[in-house]
Amino acid sequence: MTAVPNIASSTQRSPLEALGNWLLQYILRPVLQILLFVFIAGGSISLLALVVGFVLQTDWHGIDILRVPARINLFEQVVRQLPNMLLDGITIGFVYAVIALGYTMVYGVLKFINFAHSEIFMVGGVVGYEVMIRLRAADMLSSLSPLVVIVLMIGVAMVICGTLATVVERVAYKPLRGAPRLVPLISAIGVSFFLTDFVRGFQALNRNVFNMPYPTDQVTFFNERIVLAQGVSTTNTTLIIIVSAIVMLVGLNYFVNATKIGKGIRAVSQDQATASLMGINVNLMITITFMVGGALGGAAGVLYGLKTTNVTPYIGFIPGLKAFTAAVLGGIGNITGAMLGGLLLGMLEAFFSALLPYFPALGLGYSDIFAFAVLILVLLFRPTGLLGKKVDEKV
Amino acid sequence: MTLLKLENVHTYYGHIHALKGISIEVNEGEVVTLIGANGAGKSTTLRTISGLARPRAGTVTFQGTALNNVPPHKITRMGVGHVPEGRRIFPELTVRENLEMGGFSVSSREVAERMERAFTLFPRVKERLNQLGGTLSGGEQQMLAMARGLLLNPRILLLDEPSMGLAPVLVDQIFDIIQELHAQGTTILLVEQNARMALQVADRGYILQSGQIVMGDSAKVLQESEVVRKAYLGEE
Repeated sequence: MTAVPNIASSTQRSPLEALGNWLLQYILRPVLQILLFVFIAGGSISLLALVVGFVLQTDWHGIDILRVPARINLFEQVVRQLPNMLLDGITIGFVYAVIALGYTMVYGVLKFINFAHSEIFMVGGVVGYEVMIRLRAADMLSSLSPLVVIVLMIGVAMVICGTLATVVERVAYKPLRGAPRLVPLISAIGVSFFLTDFVRGFQALNRNVFNMPYPTDQVTFFNERIVLAQGVSTTNTTLIIIVSAIVMLVGLNYFVNATKIGKGIRAVSQDQATASLMGINVNLMITITFMVGGALGGAAGVLYGLKTTNVTPYIGFIPGLKAFTAAVLGGIGNITGAMLGGLLLGMLEAFFSALLPYFPALGLGYSDIFAFAVLILVLLFRPTGLLGKKVDEKV
Repeated sequence: MTLLKLENVHTYYGHIHALKGISIEVNEGEVVTLIGANGAGKSTTLRTISGLARPRAGTVTFQGTALNNVPPHKITRMGVGHVPEGRRIFPELTVRENLEMGGFSVSSREVAERMERAFTLFPRVKERLNQLGGTLSGGEQQMLAMARGLLLNPRILLLDEPSMGLAPVLVDQIFDIIQELHAQGTTILLVEQNARMALQVADRGYILQSGQIVMGDSAKVLQESEVVRKAYLGEE
């Protein structure tokens, strides 16, 4: 062996060089990776959109079945809508990705699907609402810097949801650690129903509300439009969602790959017994995993609330299911896969939402059918997900 | 001085009575070997010591402290280093990260020092630092597993079949290293199927048969005993 990595050199490096390496490894590389995923997901969906648009503009397309002559050129429409469609896909895709991380991390360490995660996400959305209207009541919503408002909303949601997730783990999962696989799964579904109705009851008694609309109209910054190109513009909210999601993904990447606890969590996910022989407190690592996953779920809830501007105690189910799907699509247990899966699923959804209104017989509401049909196709050919590895154990 | 003591230990796997009243002792600085056929309970004995399996009766005492209700990670931190059967390298962690896991409970400066010490015995591991653990060959994985065990800086090292599945040259290397560790004063409890090699490096040995100790004596006596020669050394 000639190329021997020299460990002694790590102590001789200048501090500037060390900082450069650190930035490269933990900031630049993950950001580039995320951008690459955005391009992969965006590129493949754009291609799909253009092909579909091109094919369907001929005589035999869907509208013809209804004996309604085509009044629009679908290809032109698709081209015109493409930039907005991509932006929409990226935004919702990042939200799915952040939720999916919670599923995939817990699955990684416990091989258990935490179906209560969708309700942790919902609680995040509700906490975001609470923070916002409390700020409004204190007349601070318009006077505080919008950045502070966002950080406050996300921060409080992360703390509360992280704590909630650990409590749920302690109460509903930990006592069932040795039980057959189905038992904690049912317990998780129970927790999920409990949390939904608890929040509904709590908000009904507390504020007498079911819908919790975010007062985003009170912060002009959120609704200011940014023009990206001619005919393509977006609001600051979209930008906030994308940026916060990227910050969280990069932060998580750092936590998992560079910190001692993160490495301990990875060790536990690979081999619990051996990890405990290394002096790693396996239960503590599991608790931390739930905490981090819950905090990310809570943050995602706030981002989702900002995007849809309305949350209810029932918002958790569908996005939760989609994020779980995204985790499976990317390869469950794989953190990078969850990001790719989330972005792809978001893109698919945005694509079909943009396309379907041109087919009066179908309409917007059916977009999930097509998004999930694509998912089923992917899983038929790659059951382990896009980035999942075939599990073979070496003795 | 007695470092580790098992008294009348019974361990079960479900309904299977794996250890039927085992009593062994390991003194400071000794190499003690446990010899037995497949399924005799050798690995179970080690797992009972490190807390991965729990004794239903009897006591395990380490440095005068009963370990019966101490969780495995705390037993490890008390100074019991267990290198499990089948190496159990973390396949998706790099070699460096695998070693760092061995030093999980100490500062990174201490980890770096211990790593340097481990490299003097396992130079091959140093050459593979940035590779994933799962990509190493069997022999390299065994070296890494032992190096990782040393990173725990254990008072006693439990080695479970370190020669399993290795080419004869590598087996010799592993036993050389065990002898080197012995010379440095490390206390070792060695589980082996390769009785000949094990008895050569050990001070004392126990013969385990279907969950019971049938013989316990100095390695020399065992090597010369008729029973051991026939059953475990393959001599007529």
